[in-house]
Formats: sequence, structure tokens, C-alpha cells
Amino acid sequence: MRCIVFCIPSGASQNSSDSGWEAKVTEFFRQRLMEKDAHTWVPSLNDVPLHYLKPNSLVKFRCLIQDMFDPEFYMGAYDTVDPSTKVLRCGKYKDVTECGVDLDSANMVTSERQTFYCVPIPGESPWKCMVFYAGARVVPSTSYVPSRQKRSYEDDDEDDMDTQPQAQGHAQGNGDSKRQETEAPSGQKASSPPLDLNFPLPGEKGPACLVKVYADWDSFKLNDTMEVYGILSVSPALSALSDQSDTSSSLILDPAECMETAEELRVHSPPASLVPRLHLIHTQRLAHNNPLLPPAALEDSAASLASTLGEMVSVRAELLAYFTQLLLGDVLAAEYLLLHLISNVYARRDVIPLGKFTLNLSGCPATAGPAYTEQLYCALQQLVPSAYRLSMTLQNMNQLRLVPRKDYVANRLLSGALQLAANTSLYLDETQLEQGQLDPAGVRNITALGNVISWQKVDYDFNYHQMEFPSNINVLIASEGRSLLPSDCHVHLQPQVTPPNMEAYLGSALTAQSSSQLNKFRLYLTMARTLDYSISEEVTKAVEDDFVDMRKDDPQSISADDLHSLLGVARLLCLSLGQSALSTDAWSRAKHIETLRKSRSEPQGCLNGNEP
Amino acid sequence: MSSPMSTPGGKRGRPSNPSTRNEAATSPPAQRRRGQPSSNGDLPLMPTSPPTDMPDPLQDTSLFSSPPHLHHFLPSEVDMSSPLMYGTPSSRVDGTPRSGARGTPARQRPDLGSVRKSKQVDLQSEPSAADGAAAAEQPAGQRLVIWGTDVNVATCKEKFQRFLQRFIDPSSKEDENSCLDLNEPLYMQKLEEISIVGDPVLNINCGHVSSFDAELYRQLVCYPQEVIPTFDMAVNELFFERFPDSILEHQIQVRPYNALKTRNMRSLNPEDIDQLITISGMVIRTSQLIPEMQEAFFQCAVCAFSARVEVDRGRIAEPAVCRNCNTTHSLALIHNRSMFSDKQMVKIQESPEDMPAGQTPHTTVVYAHNDLVDKVQPGDRINITGIYRAVPMRVNPRQSNVKSVYKTHIDVIHFRKTDEKRLHGQDDENEQRLFTEARVQTLRELAAKPDVYDRLSSALAPSIYEHEDIKKGILLQLFGGTRKDFSQTGRGNFRAEVNILLCGDPGTSKSQLLQYVFNLVPRGQYTSGKGSSAVGLTAYIMKDPETRQTVLQTGALVLSDNGICCIDEFDKMSDSTRSVLHEVMEQQTLSIAKAGIICQLNARTSILAAANPVESQWNPKKTTIENIQLPHTLLSRFDLIFLMLDPQDEAYDRKLAHHLVSLYYQSEEQLEEENLDMAVLKDFIAYARSYIQPKLSEEAGQALIEAYVEMRKVGSGRGMVSAYPRQLESLIRLAEAHAKVRFSDKVETIDVEEAKRLHREALKQSATDPRTGFVDISILTTGMSATARKRKEEITAALKKMLQSRTKTPVMKFQQLFDDLRGQSETAITKDQFEEALKALCDEDYLTISGKTIRLAT
Repeated sequence: MRCIVFCIPSGASQNSSDSGWEAKVTEFFRQRLMEKDAHTWVPSLNDVPLHYLKPNSLVKFRCLIQDMFDPEFYMGAYDTVDPSTKVLRCGKYKDVTECGVDLDSANMVTSERQTFYCVPIPGESPWKCMVFYAGARVVPSTSYVPSRQKRSYEDDDEDDMDTQPQAQGHAQGNGDSKRQETEAPSGQKASSPPLDLNFPLPGEKGPACLVKVYADWDSFKLNDTMEVYGILSVSPALSALSDQSDTSSSLILDPAECMETAEELRVHSPPASLVPRLHLIHTQRLAHNNPLLPPAALEDSAASLASTLGEMVSVRAELLAYFTQLLLGDVLAAEYLLLHLISNVYARRDVIPLGKFTLNLSGCPATAGPAYTEQLYCALQQLVPSAYRLSMTLQNMNQLRLVPRKDYVANRLLSGALQLAANTSLYLDETQLEQGQLDPAGVRNITALGNVISWQKVDYDFNYHQMEFPSNINVLIASEGRSLLPSDCHVHLQPQVTPPNMEAYLGSALTAQSSSQLNKFRLYLTMARTLDYSISEEVTKAVEDDFVDMRKDDPQSISADDLHSLLGVARLLCLSLGQSALSTDAWSRAKHIETLRKSRSEPQGCLNGNEP
Repeated sequence: MSSPMSTPGGKRGRPSNPSTRNEAATSPPAQRRRGQPSSNGDLPLMPTSPPTDMPDPLQDTSLFSSPPHLHHFLPSEVDMSSPLMYGTPSSRVDGTPRSGARGTPARQRPDLGSVRKSKQVDLQSEPSAADGAAAAEQPAGQRLVIWGTDVNVATCKEKFQRFLQRFIDPSSKEDENSCLDLNEPLYMQKLEEISIVGDPVLNINCGHVSSFDAELYRQLVCYPQEVIPTFDMAVNELFFERFPDSILEHQIQVRPYNALKTRNMRSLNPEDIDQLITISGMVIRTSQLIPEMQEAFFQCAVCAFSARVEVDRGRIAEPAVCRNCNTTHSLALIHNRSMFSDKQMVKIQESPEDMPAGQTPHTTVVYAHNDLVDKVQPGDRINITGIYRAVPMRVNPRQSNVKSVYKTHIDVIHFRKTDEKRLHGQDDENEQRLFTEARVQTLRELAAKPDVYDRLSSALAPSIYEHEDIKKGILLQLFGGTRKDFSQTGRGNFRAEVNILLCGDPGTSKSQLLQYVFNLVPRGQYTSGKGSSAVGLTAYIMKDPETRQTVLQTGALVLSDNGICCIDEFDKMSDSTRSVLHEVMEQQTLSIAKAGIICQLNARTSILAAANPVESQWNPKKTTIENIQLPHTLLSRFDLIFLMLDPQDEAYDRKLAHHLVSLYYQSEEQLEEENLDMAVLKDFIAYARSYIQPKLSEEAGQALIEAYVEMRKVGSGRGMVSAYPRQLESLIRLAEAHAKVRFSDKVETIDVEEAKRLHREALKQSATDPRTGFVDISILTTGMSATARKRKEEITAALKKMLQSRTKTPVMKFQQLFDDLRGQSETAITKDQFEEALKALCDEDYLTISGKTIRLAT
């Protein structure tokens, strides 16, 4: 089984002109990968440094589609030109042709494929990488020795398997791996200015990848997250292209070559050592991004999760206690924080996204400096699969590029911090904002944040026009007073304890949680988010009656918008308890906590005319 | 034709040319459709000039029967362009029909790639003795075809000439044809035009070709490289026959446009390579002008013998041997004597309307040649007709490996700007929006339904509950009135756009409604009053840091020309920003005088604004003006002002609750079924806006007059004005919009009825005087209700009377006087009212106020 997974399909199928094999290949790999642990055998680009991977082998990559390039035409099948070995070859899953190509052959088939520029999922939490790392069978392959058999290479791996992932570099600490490491950078030095790999978030690391898709590319959308399985292609010939475009002999005036700008060439055919190509065979869309849960849709693994479902109530209580501790003893805020973390845009009605639940946590103790908000973020990052903390300093607001922008010179989409995968937690730290002047870019950034919160959409800037892309980002705003940004729900923090040393207090709260406990929380949050939800006829009726009654007493007390948010809170409450239908209990509980919350914010000075 | 490919070409000469390999690297990719397209065009060269390296000229005749031989036999450029092939350097002229051309030079068509081919083809028809193997598939008489295609030059030419001479399109709507006689052959008139104007370009609508001769059209689309030169020949023969004396710069070139359906860039696929296509897109970048060598001039270093070599698909085959002195490798390229043509790279991007959601736009490289260079600017929306090409990329010129990827581009033959201000199309609204027959049919069916108006209004923002009248108002706004031009009588254009203001309590989904509208219309802009400045709305001048050129950057209002500008938080807009709206909302233009640029931009935009009351909650005891604190000058420019208030009634609450709860559990599909598709609504509006221009009917006119008179009457009884001409104009616009909803070309009484009703509803909400309960238009037009004005006069009079009665004390305290007045009056007097009265008296010079003391002026 292992060797099958690692075999190179192009070798096997080259000589058949019949196109039926193509469908068989994908089907074959799809089935193999379905087998129980098969996918863990495939090395992942996310975890294994590129130079350890064998070219033309099967690898996987967990990524987000950052940009979509134009479709390209390639030689699907071609004849080699050498008459003695004239065979029909297949160009699928490859970047470069072998031997000369007989361009006039009648057997030549032109096919089409699409290239996506993929980056690792932005803001992946460090804990997750650890889990993936441990889960994946890291195989520091000795790929540069081509004669070595795959079988033995797998055997090596058996030995290494139990060693700690951190130690793997040393475990292989022979001359070989040393040599490789020195080799790798030498390939990059050609491109003197470092190539901007266009990650959405600043400071991200990891390989970017050009994924070539052969079928069904219309079903992919920008910002989709997925795990792709494909053939790694790092042929140096690909990078050579960028350096040598000008050396073509004087009499060959190739019109195509002189036209593209240098930037465009650099971006669209970067050195393969930096941006490997991946010829896609099989994709798995990620419904969620939590390694603790099986990646497939929940129904498939319902049985294994049934036990977790049963535990939800108890885990919820533990998590609530943990949050209460983090939020300085404020139970109500802790409850809202929990609801916020399981929120998810599950549908859109015309322009209204349903299920979003932006939380504004005001009253964050500012005396302790940035320590409190920062530590709170660390704690949350420990629990969610991907998160990003945007410190809303004036400088950041004026200078950061939040909204992706199309760069027409290089013909690519320059990423921005709001190009995030679904269900990413965006933590806005407004306590960092000081008085001062916002420049036009800053105003645009604030507007963009407001759009994300209110409509869950980001208007990408295409210079001549804007294009709207839906987003699904959980926004949490930590502020001193009420935030200048809109929010669905505003909770003013009422600390019950005032620890003298905030840092130590939170630090101890953080370290108190064992990793198995944290795993339980992580699993719980993802599970609760993906549950189904419905409202029965009777409950609908009860809610209607309730609403009418409330309005009767005091029409000012509850508006349509309040009902909206009440229904939202009720839904999240149910999900947090592992219930998939609204109960009257949950409804009254939702009403109760909403009343509590409102009673807090009212003395704060009422609405400033901001609509949600 | 493609079947002979399978016959093995090994019989003779296949390996004769080992250089093929490298040469071929830049030829277009093979295609299934045509079998051997890469060099097929070159093949017809063979019979005309038997090259020396061909072993057996006798076999020439068999060429047509077994093309594959040829293919292997003579693919090399070296052979074809060797001087042996060309008796004279300017063989391209030889190829054209000189008979009628009288020496008018042919101009190269780099857009078609190598032109030579077709000329050789022309000559090809001479060896009629060619054996009939190729003709097996062809009916007799059309036996000869261009290699690799099924095009017979003579037939094709004849057909095209017939087309030119006979084609009549009586129903032509194109602007270009507007001054031509539609019942005469269209293209003959155009030829006449060419003979007068001297611009040797003939644009041919492929749609016309298609309706005239489907077969010819198919050939044109499939083999443009061969067929278009044939057309050129045909048209030139015809032209010089007709107008033998006309002098043209060069021979007429045919430029077909509007091929097949206008294709989406996204649907281009390998099948389209080398075909004639028309796609639409937006120009995002244009390159510098690139001189491209068309003909290389070589001179022998030994004997100074010169040779010319034409470029074929980007390559020049350098002659290896001098023909004169037989020295090898003695020829050198002389740049100054070579010929170049202009070329420009243009990048186009999919227009945003064509794109599926969630994907980024595709881009395509386009090459413009000769006079098409610099015809388009970045930002233009254009339709391009051209030939789709694919060229392999070489990894390294010294290696035989090629990257298995092709570069694609389009060689432009014809540009057509879609948003260009066309001469006769008064507005650019009809943006070539192509509706398929079926779509138009569905739309018409929908429009014919009696309840179309209700259907559409309920399809508008279905997630927002109730507010039927507001939705209806917005619906009419989306359709807009008919544009009228009174500029000859000195009044300029009448506004056709309907402006709507929504005011009401916070949280009554005003913003959602705005967002929905913004998403619905193609040219919508959404801004918030809080975040926008005057320049953001209008336009500003910017200096380009590189070119030092001043650039006019347009703002939201100009960008939404012909669309809708949604302005949220209208009340929070600064006064200076608001002031620019005055001009936009009535004159529909925007004047700019800044940095030496004085101009007037069109801003024919409808405005949909939302405003919140000043005191977070709407105060029903106050008038609209008092509630939202907007100047009445601005308010009177809104056709409809709606209040979005909480109705506070049990039945409503219940329905609302049900509506909201259902949002939370109904599945997407259920919701889809209930309502009209947003796409249909979009198309419906777009269609009505571009094709329906209703006119007032006689009865409708009468009804409008009556309605207006009635409105005036309502107020006159109580001594106040209740309608101004502006209201009449609003009524007309609304009635027209309603007629558009019905797809009716005539405004009828029912339209007026609905306009009246809606207008009344809006007025009832916004212009009701809270003190009297009557609708009072003056609240909106002067900012004060008639009763309020009357009351003010009364108080002033009372105050004056009181002051007159106590002339002995010329100086008084403010507070004391106020108390006295209040004691005297039977109704309550507020401090504001008192101050107003004082001010009025002050204006009369009756008294002066200094701080807290009041002094009578005597």
C-alpha cells in the first residue's frame, strides 16, 4: 500500500494515448487515500522542509487559495522528436516536457489546466502545527540519492517514527542531511531581492505553492481551504525561465517573451525551490481546520463522536470556568466569549449573514498595559485552530494593508490581513489605539473592518472596481470603552478579582491547563460550531408569543433587531450545550443573559446612533 | 480534411529537414480540430514556387492529395522564405489582385500573422490540374481548398462579394449605420463612404454574415487567418471596380467584429485556438509601442547583394547562403532598411459582471497592431474581436526541452468600446447587454403578469419584513423615469432619476435595504455619510508622481453615474459635503473648479439615502425637518421621503417575529423557491432600463394635471401651499417608472394612480404636521409648517402689542419679559418661540437685544 501511494503515475501511464486512464488515476488515488490511515503516510509540505521531499512524489499540502492565475494550455500528449525512441508521452501532471517535442505531430493534444496560488492557512495556531507534526509521519527523505529504493526509504521511516519530531533533524544527523541543507539556499540565491510570497498576514512562514488543477476548477473559490494531494514538481528548469528570457538568440523574436514585465514573470514563475508546483490529484475540502477531528464531514464519523457529544455539557462547564478565570471572574462575559467562539456564518439571506456574532469586550483593564489583552489572546489562540491578533495602533491602521489589492503590474492579488480562511478568529486590540490622525488609508482600513463585522464581506480592491468576497471571520474586539467599530454584542467586563500582578495571574491560569484538557476544549469548540440546528413549530409559536407579549408591555424594550440578536444568542446557547433544536429553556436562558448584559451597558451611555 | 493526417508521411523526404525541431518551437500548438494547423498555412506555397530542395517537382500535383508529406517535407521556415521562393522582394504585393488596385499598396496585416499564405493560396487556384484526391470530400467545382481547411478561395471570394453587394439590414440599430439608407445594400454604402473619406477599413458585422450565409460565417470563424485575406481580396476587387479613381493609403482591410456570441473570457478553451473570437473585458494595462519587424533586410558582406525576408510568426529565417555569390553565412541584417510595424500589448480583464462569485477575474494578453495601437486606454470596457493564439514557451533556447505550457494571446482585428459615448446613443446605458431570446421571453412573460409590480417589490430584499411601500418606492427608483431633453428650450435635461430618503429609528433595517440595493445594481456605490468627505463624493485632482500629469480621480457620485448612490447616515454628513449634493440631485451634474481644471461631470445618479433622527428615537411630536435636522433645500430634492418606524401593533409584531424566526431555521433551498431570483430581478431591471422608454399618454397627462391641481387645492383651503412644480415632476417620474415595470411604452392612468398613491403615502409619513395632523408640504419645502409659521406671527404680534402698551420702560430684562408674555397668553409659549419672536421684532428695528437686556428702539 505504501509503495502504491508513492509511485509516480506519469511513469506508469505514459505510453497509453487512451485518456481513460486519467479518470482511473484520480479514482485510484482517491480510494487509496480513503483507507483509514493512508493520508498520514503522505508527507506534508506544511511540516517537512521542501528540500527533504523527493521530487515527483506524492505530497499533501494544507492550504488556502490566495490567488487564481489565468488558465494555461499545455501539451496533454505529445510525440518526442527523436525518431529512434519516438513515443507518445503525456504532459499531464508535469511542467516540463522530456526530450524534444515534435510540435507538428498529429498526436499532439492541447489541454487546459488552471493554476492556483496557495499559501498555508493564515494564522494557524502553533498548537495545531504541533498536532499535525506529531500526527504526520515525518519522513526526512534522502531524496537526492536517486538510486535509493523507495522501499528502503520507507523502512528507514519505520525506525524514525517514534522519535520526537523536534529531534528528527538530529536523528538523521549524518553528513547527508547537512549537505542538503547547504544545498537548498544555493538554489535561491539567484533571485537577489527576496521574493514576496504574498502571505495574508505579516510574519507568516511556510511554503507557498502553485497548485495545478486539471478538472473541475470552477468549483474552487478564492479563500477556500483544502488539503491537496498531488505530485511535487521542483524542476529547476522552471526557475531558469525567469533569468534567461533575455538570452534568446537575436533572430528569434518571440513576441510572447519580451512582453511580460519582469515582475510578472517573477510572480508567475518563481523559482521552484521557493514555490514548488503541485499537480493536483485529489483534494479534500476542509470543513473545519482542527486536526483533532477527522477532516471529513461529521456524518461520516458520527459514531466516534457520539461520546464527545455526550460530554459536551461537562466540557462546557469546565471551559466556562476557565474563561471565567481568564476574564477575572466575570461569568457573564465568559459565557458570551464561549458563544462567540462557536459562532459561524451558516447562511446568508440576501445581504444579511446569519450566525455571525461579533463580540465587543469592553472594560479591559488598561492599567496593566497591553499585558492583559495580549495574554487573553494567547489563551484564545491556544483553543482555536487559527487566529490573528491585530493591534489597532494608529500606525498599524494607517500602514497595514488589510484589504487585498490587485497589482496589475505583477498581475497578482496582493494579499491583505483580511484575506482569512473561514472561521479564523480575528482579535482586534483596540486598547492600543491612541488619539491621532487617521489618513485616508486608515479610514479605508477602519471601513473594511466595519464591513467585515456588519456584513461579513471584504471588498477587494481591483483598482478600476471593487469586488466583494464573502468572509466568515469571528471578530472579537477588546477595548476600554465601547468600541468605535460596530459589534453584534457588547459586554462590559466587570472584574470580580483584581490581581496585583496581572501577568502572573493569567500566566498561572494558562499553565494550569493540561494539554489533554486543552485538547478537549479544542475539540468541543469545533464540534459545537458544526452542529445542525432547527426550531420546532411549537417553539416558534412560543417565541412569537413571547415577542408579542414583551412588545405589549413596553414597545421600546425590544425591537426587531433585539429579536434578531436574541435568536442568535439562543441558537449559540443550544449549540454550546450540544442540542440541535431550540428548547424553551434555552430561550428563556438566552433572554436572561441578554437582560443581564443590557443592564450592564446601559449606564455606559446609550447608543451613539451606530446601527449594528 | 483532417483524416489524411493519419497516412504515414514516411514515403519521402520526411527527415529531410532536421532543423524542424527548433524552428517549430514557436509555431502554434496542434489542435485536434484541424489536425495540423501549425504549418498548414505554409503549405500552399509549394505549388507556386517549386523550391530547389524539393527532390521531385513532379510530385507537386500530389501534394494536395497527401498533405502529410508536405508537412514533414517542408515545415522549415528556411525553405519557405529563402530567396528562391520569391522572385521579387515584395512578393506580398504580387499576391494581391493588382488588376483593380492600380498600384495601391497592400498593407501588411500583422494581426493575421503571415499574410503570404493567403496570397499563395490565390495562386494556388491556377494549377487546376491538381488531382482530385482532396476533392473527394468536396463537391465538384470546389475541389481546391486551402490546405488544412475546407475553404475554397474562389467560392469564398464570390460569396463574400455577393454578401457585400446584396446584404440589407432594414432593422439595423447600430449607430454607425444611422445615416445610411437601410434599404440599400449596407456594405456597398460603406464602400462608398470609404471612397469619399479614404479610410481603408471595412468593418463587417459577423452577425450579418451569419444571417446571409451561415457556411461562409462558419469558415470565417474557423479559419480567419485564411478567410480574412480572401475577404480583403474580394473587397478590393469590388472596390476598385466601382471606384477606379479613388486613392487610398493602402488597400482596404476587412475587420470583422461581433463573432458568434460574445464570449466570456472564462469560456475560452483550447478549441478556440486560431479561431475568430469576440470577447468583452476591461483594459487594465497597455504597453509602450513596440516596433515589430515585418520584413528583414539582409545584405551580403561579400557582394552587397541584398535579400528581404518576411517575418513569419515572430521569426526570421536568416538566409544561410547568399544567392548571388554563394558565400555561406555572409548575410547581415541591416536594421535601418528593414520594415517595422507598430505593435502594442494590451492586457484585458474580465468585466466584473461576467464573473462567477468567489473567483478572481481572468486576464488575457492582446496584441494590437498598426492603427489599432493606442486606440484603448486602461479602464475602457471593450469588445475585442481577434484571433486566439497559443505559443509554446521555451525553457531555454539552447535546450530542446520546452515547458509544456503555451502562452496565449489574441491578435486584435477589431476593438469596440462598450462604454464609449456613441454619437447617436444619447446615453451609454445600453451597454451591449446581451439578453438571450429565451431570457427576454421570460422577462416579457413576467412583465405581462398583472401582479408584476407586487411580485417585484416583494422580491426586493425579502429578508426585510414589510415596509411594502418603501420597497415599491425603491423599485421605482431602480427603474427610473424617462430622460427628457429640454436643452433647446433652455432648461437642460430633466432629471429622470428618482431620489429617496429613508428616515427612522435606528435598527429598522435601513442599512440592510441600502446594502441590498447596492448589491443589486451594476453601478451602485455605497458610502457612509460619516466616512465620506466632499471630495470622496465628487472628484479630486491628483498629480501622478511619475508623469507629473494631473489626473481627475472621480468619487462615489460620479462613479455611480447611471446607477444608484447609497448614502448611509446621511444626517452625519458635514455641511460642505452635503452642499455638493444640491447640484447633483437636481442638475445631475457635478462642477469642478480646482487646480486649473474646470469641468462639469455627469452624475446622473439616483440617491438613496438613510438618515437617523437627531435624538436617537424618532419624536412623533416633531416634524421631519426637526427630527433629522437636514436643510429643507436638500429635502425638497427627494422625490419620496419615507419614515421607517416601528408600527407597534400586535399583529405586526407577531408576523415580524415569525418572519425572523423562520430565517433561523429555513434551509436555503426553501427560501430560494419562495422568491423571485435576484438574477431575474437584475435582468428585469437592466432590460427595462435600456429598452423601455415610456411616453406620457393623453389620459395620463390629464390624470397628472388633475392630481396636481388636487394637491394644490388641499392646502389652499387653509391658506397654505401644498404642492410645487417639483412635486409634479416627481409624479411624472414615478408614473414613468411604473410604466417601465409593466414594460409598457406608454404611461397610462394606472401608472399615474400608483404614482399618486405612493407619493401620498410618502407625504403622509413625512410631511404631516404633528400639530394639526394635516399633510403640509411646506414642512419639506420651507422647513416650517404653515401652522408653525402662523403661530410665530401670532406670538410676534402679541409681543409687539405688549411692548407697545408699556412704552414707559424702554429697557427690560429678558427673563421678565418672557414671564410676562407667558402670563398674558393662553397657550404655552416656549423659550425658542419667544426668542424667535424677539428676533423678528429685532429685524423690524423695533428693538435691540444686548445680552440679557432688551431695549426698545425709539
